[in-house]
Amino acid sequence: MTNPRLLLLPALLSAAVFFAAPPFGSSAPTEDFEQALSTIKAVGPEGQGNTEAAAAWRTLSTSDASAILPLLGAMETSGPLTQNWLRSAIEVIVERELANDAALPEAELGSFLFDVRQSPQARRLAFDLLSRIDGETAGRLVPGFLNDPATELRRDAVQLLIDQGNSLLASEDKSAAILVYRQALNAARDVDQVELIAGQLREKLEQEVDLPRHFGFLMHWKVIGPFDNTGREGFAATFPPESEINLSSTYPGKEGEEISWQPHVSTDPSGKVDLNQPFGPLKEVTAYAFTEYEASQAGPAELRLGCKNAWKIWFNGKLLFGRDEYHRGQRIDQYKLPVQLEKGTNTILLKLCQNEQEETWTTEWEFKLRICDATGTAILAPDRPPTPRPAEPTRRGRPSTDQ
Amino acid sequence: MTSRLHTLAIAASAFLGLAGTTLADWTQFRGPTGNGYVPGNENLPTKLNEESIAWKVPLPGRGLSSAIIVGDRVFVTAASGPEQKQLHVLAFDADSGEVLWQRNFWATGRTMCHKKTCVAAPTPASDGERIFALWSSNDLICLDLDGNLLWMRGLTLDYPNASNSLGMSSSPVVAEGTLIAQIENDSESFAAGFDVETGSNRWKIDRPKAANWTSPVVMKNGEQSIVALQSSKGILGVLPATGSEIFQFTKGASTIPSSAADGDTLYVPSNGLTAIRPVEDGGEPDELWNESAQRPGTASPLIIGDRVYILNNAGVLNAANQETGERLWRIRLKGPFSGSPVAAANQHLYLFNEQGIGQCVDLSGDGEAQIVSEIELGETILSTASISDDALYVRSDGHLWKFAAD
Repeated sequence: MTNPRLLLLPALLSAAVFFAAPPFGSSAPTEDFEQALSTIKAVGPEGQGNTEAAAAWRTLSTSDASAILPLLGAMETSGPLTQNWLRSAIEVIVERELANDAALPEAELGSFLFDVRQSPQARRLAFDLLSRIDGETAGRLVPGFLNDPATELRRDAVQLLIDQGNSLLASEDKSAAILVYRQALNAARDVDQVELIAGQLREKLEQEVDLPRHFGFLMHWKVIGPFDNTGREGFAATFPPESEINLSSTYPGKEGEEISWQPHVSTDPSGKVDLNQPFGPLKEVTAYAFTEYEASQAGPAELRLGCKNAWKIWFNGKLLFGRDEYHRGQRIDQYKLPVQLEKGTNTILLKLCQNEQEETWTTEWEFKLRICDATGTAILAPDRPPTPRPAEPTRRGRPSTDQ
Repeated sequence: MTSRLHTLAIAASAFLGLAGTTLADWTQFRGPTGNGYVPGNENLPTKLNEESIAWKVPLPGRGLSSAIIVGDRVFVTAASGPEQKQLHVLAFDADSGEVLWQRNFWATGRTMCHKKTCVAAPTPASDGERIFALWSSNDLICLDLDGNLLWMRGLTLDYPNASNSLGMSSSPVVAEGTLIAQIENDSESFAAGFDVETGSNRWKIDRPKAANWTSPVVMKNGEQSIVALQSSKGILGVLPATGSEIFQFTKGASTIPSSAADGDTLYVPSNGLTAIRPVEDGGEPDELWNESAQRPGTASPLIIGDRVYILNNAGVLNAANQETGERLWRIRLKGPFSGSPVAAANQHLYLFNEQGIGQCVDLSGDGEAQIVSEIELGETILSTASISDDALYVRSDGHLWKFAAD
């Protein structure tokens, strides 16, 4: 699968030309600098390497402005802890250089900003530094980030469109507002922005918005349950679907009854799969949801899950993660799980446990799951069916059963 | 500093095992002894009004954490940006409010939380030489007083299921060269002691798998320091440097208001309020008294002299005899409150309600206390105030205020 950051490379390279400049400063990184960088990149789990990193940080943060670009560049091959060490070193350098009225490498920062191969967070940091140097010019760049692979940058461009849409809406220019909001929605990846735009389109402009498709929520499932979860023991228990996926098999359920896989299609406009629908509002139970996902090509992706029940998830038969927290909160993209898609059919199995609590806010037994790239852009299966819609009421006022 | 105050300063530092702090320092959530009270500060302003605002400065993000003060510097944490993934530590000059430095980090753990709380909920702690900043994302960062980065932990990277989708708020404490933090939740629940110099684990123990927003409290047992870890199960007393168990109180406790210590006595929000004292041979501590009517709301108890003050969820401030738990008086304040009351030797109590109304309560009389001044700050305030060097500090999501007499 193509790295999404590379898709925009040609378009951005032309912009980068404007920032092409000779390397800032004359000093090449010293041996001490390189050693310090290596030391910080070696920090490990549970505090390993902290002492050495602190000394290395002193070396890096007392460097002059010529160190800024190498440090930004190092973020691409660094873990999250190292990125924070590097970020703070950069910011200390910048503060000192600005306090001393020294010049910052504006042209090099611009080139770095437009290099989509770099770390998204590092590029955002470069943009923030450019904004401190020349806020007006930095502001002019923002519209160009509308389809940037770094959501950290794209967000600002989307916000400009949201602001425009709001202004158009306020001036009663609804047709223009719809177009601008649509453009914003197409580009938006951050959940709060998507929901804000969808709300404006749906509620203020009476437009349909296919959020399940925008996010890539999986709506078609086979589900089986209830298995037991008395005393919350079901989370650790191994029920038959964890050992075999045979959609025609039947198994003994919680009360000894025969249970079997059944189709379940979500028609929720926000992509929610509600297990209370097929099984009823049960307590102390476990269910499984299974689906197949057709990938047009192999490559990295993310499963993104929102769920307030205890859950486990398997991708292509491999357990990815599990979490035994109940009813503390739920949101889209609550958990991000990197996976490698295989070309063709991939399988997803979810285990969902409902606990014993009786409060009204503990009735939910549901999830939202989607497949996207690292930027949050939905990866839609080529055979993805149209988004299921809620059943229309019939003339007698009862919903149709057609789906 | 007067010689008496200097003596008190040494005593307070010795109590905490903190070499670099002084009496003037407010080094953690609810002050140097974690019970809301700090000696000295007789010249704190009692008339909270516009004239008493020494300065007001903007903050870059949200926070329920309190300011801490070390020497002439005020330290504040915050979180900002989409999903509150930007973490900040700021140092201000206490005299002028000038920003001395700001450090920014990306959250490495989950930042989801209930909309009322935020990622910068835990109050940082200091041993007088270092600042230990913890966020609900489980990022734990140590800086020296000049903002130099000393160590960093991403506890969710190390322990992937250690999070609470409602957010966490427990504030760490420092004792005997160890930073103690409770990372307690429904899933991967633990408490740990971290070496203040390196950030590595000195100890780590499993804790009850249940959401818990209370903070550890340092208490004494003779010459021994004990860290009281509170949870729905009760109190586990452990040695700061090793995590070794010293005692257990097993009658349950709240998961929101924290305990308050006064020497070897711990006032626990348990079945109302329960006073306990460890016994020499370990095991279940002595229960000195229990008052089921003295039930702390969100605010933690405050201890001044021979009294314990309890603020309930109705906004009623109760004064009780520290020895017996007997109620002495109660007055209704303007609530609701998320922060806890604080006080100093000027015999006045300070607290801010969620609407941003600061209230100063005169405790000096023999009878019922009086609200002697109020100020409306016009912003939501969910934090606990801090006191140092005759000044009062409080923060909102947007600002940090300093109150001081002329």
